[in-house]
Amino acid sequence: MLTAEKKPRQLGVAEKARSSDGRTRHVLKTYGPPIVLVVLAIGVWELLCRALDVPAYLWPTPSLIATTLVDNADGLASDTWVTLKEVVYGFLIAVAAGLGIGIALHLSGLLRRGVLPLLIASQSIPTVVLAPVLVLVMGFGIGPKLAIIALFCFFPICINTVDGLGSVDREYVRMMLTLDASRSAIFRRVEFPSALPSIFSGTRIAATYAAIGAVFGEWAGSEAGLGFQMLQAQGRLDTPLVFAAVLIVTLIAVAVFLLVTIVERLTIPWAKT
Amino acid sequence: MAGERQLASPSAGRMSVREEDDAGIEIRGVRQTFGDVVALDGIDLSVRPHTRLGIVGPSGCGKSTLLSDIAGLLEPDEGTISIGSAETPRERLARCALMPQKDLLLPWRTALDNACLALENRGLARKAARELARPLFERFGLGEFEERTPAELSGGMRQRVAFLRTLMAEKAVFLLDEPFAALDSITRAQMQEWLLGALEEEPKTALLVTHDVDEALLLTHRVVVFSARPGRIVQSFETNFPRHVPRREIVTSPEFSALKEQALEALEC
Repeated sequence: MLTAEKKPRQLGVAEKARSSDGRTRHVLKTYGPPIVLVVLAIGVWELLCRALDVPAYLWPTPSLIATTLVDNADGLASDTWVTLKEVVYGFLIAVAAGLGIGIALHLSGLLRRGVLPLLIASQSIPTVVLAPVLVLVMGFGIGPKLAIIALFCFFPICINTVDGLGSVDREYVRMMLTLDASRSAIFRRVEFPSALPSIFSGTRIAATYAAIGAVFGEWAGSEAGLGFQMLQAQGRLDTPLVFAAVLIVTLIAVAVFLLVTIVERLTIPWAKT
Repeated sequence: MAGERQLASPSAGRMSVREEDDAGIEIRGVRQTFGDVVALDGIDLSVRPHTRLGIVGPSGCGKSTLLSDIAGLLEPDEGTISIGSAETPRERLARCALMPQKDLLLPWRTALDNACLALENRGLARKAARELARPLFERFGLGEFEERTPAELSGGMRQRVAFLRTLMAEKAVFLLDEPFAALDSITRAQMQEWLLGALEEEPKTALLVTHDVDEALLLTHRVVVFSARPGRIVQSFETNFPRHVPRREIVTSPEFSALKEQALEALEC
C-alpha cells in the first residue's frame, strides 16, 4: 500500500494544455467499450427475439421492456423509491458496522483471534435462508430488508478493513514510535489512512451486493419495492415488467458503485494509480 | 530558534530531554539473537556527546539491528545500552530519532505536514506545528516544496524532507540507517554534502549505518567496521577531515584514500 518509490509527477505547461483533450480520450477509452458492447448485445437480442418469434412472457424484446418501463413509470417510480431507500440505509449500516467491527478486531488481538474465525465461518450461512426468519421476527417493514442488505454487504467491508489496517508496513510504525507517537496517533495518522484504499475496495464490492440484498429482502415478505413488484409480475407472467424491474435494480447497483468510487477519489486522491 | 521551539513545547517530558541534550551513547556487551540466529555479539561502543559515529559492514551484519536496539525498538538479549541517564527501552525511545533508508513519507500529507508529525504526535495543533516547521524548510533549501506531496518530489528531495521530519522531533540522538542507499550516486553525493552541512549546523549525537565507506568517512568523526554475522567490531578509527571543504577535494585527498583502503581491508576479513 505504502510504497516508498513513486515517480515524480508534475504537469508541464504543454501537458496542462493538452490535458482537457486527454481527458476526453480517457473517458472514451474507459466508457467506450462497455457502451458499444451493451448496444451491440441489445441489438442482437432484439433481432434474435424477433427472428425466432419468442413469446414475450418467455423472453421479451428490449423494445417491449422499454415501453413497459414507460407505461408503468408511476408505479415503478414509487417502487424504486422504496427499494432505493432500503439499499442506501442498509448499505450505510453495513459500512458503519463493517468499519466499526473491523477497527475493533484490528485493535484487539484477543477479539481478532476469537471473533474473526467465527465471522469467516458465518459467511457459509446462506443469507437468503435467513430472510424469512428475519421477516417473522421483524415484520414486513423496512427492518428485515436493512438487516439482509447489511448482512450481505458487511463482510467484504469488515475483512478489507482488518486486512488494510493489518498490512501497514511495520517500518512506518517504527518511524512513528521514534517520533513520540502514541498508539492512537499511529492509528489515526498512519494505519487508518493507509488502510483506506483497501477499505474502499471492500466497500465497492459491497456496493454491488446491496441491491441484490434488497430484492431478496423484499422476496421474503414485503408490500412494496422492486423485488415485490418482480414477484407480482412473475405471478401474472408479465415478464416484460419483471425485466423492467431488474433493469432498475441493476441501475441502482451501478449508481451505488459509482457513488462509492467518487467518494473514494475525493477522499484519497493520493492513492490514484 | 531553539528557544522558540522549546516555548511551544506542550509536554514537560520534552524539557528533560532538552536538558539531556549532551547525552552520549554507551553500549556494553550487547548480544541480540532472533531465534537461532545471532545478529550481534559482544558489542561495546561509546559515542561521545555531539559526535557522529559511522558503522560500516557487510549486509546482514546486524547494523540496523543495533540501531533498533539503541532506539529501544528492540531489547538486546544481553548487555546494556544507555543514552545519558536513559537506560530502559522506553526512555531510550524518547531520546532517539530514526531516519531509515526509505523516506517513509506519508503520501496523503504534504512535505510540510510530514515534517510536522513529531510535533503533532506530542499534541501540538497542526497549524502551530506548521508554523514551527516552515522556517526549517527555508533554512534547508526546501522553501518552495512545502506544499508538495511526496509523489511530486524527487528521491533526494524526499530524503531531505525525511531528515527535516527527524530533526523536528528534537531528539538528542540521531540514528541514520543507510539514509541514502536508495538514491543514485550523483544524488547521494549531493545529499551527503547537504547532510554534513545540516549536521554541522545542528550538532547531534549521531550514529550512521551504511555500506558506503566514503559516506561513513565523510560524515562522521569515528568509523567502526563490523564483521559479517554475527556482527562484531573488527576495527575502529578516527576520521578528521575538514568540514567546510568541498566533498570532491576530500574524497580525492591521499589521507582519505589511505583511510578508505584501511576500512575496505577490514571489511574483507
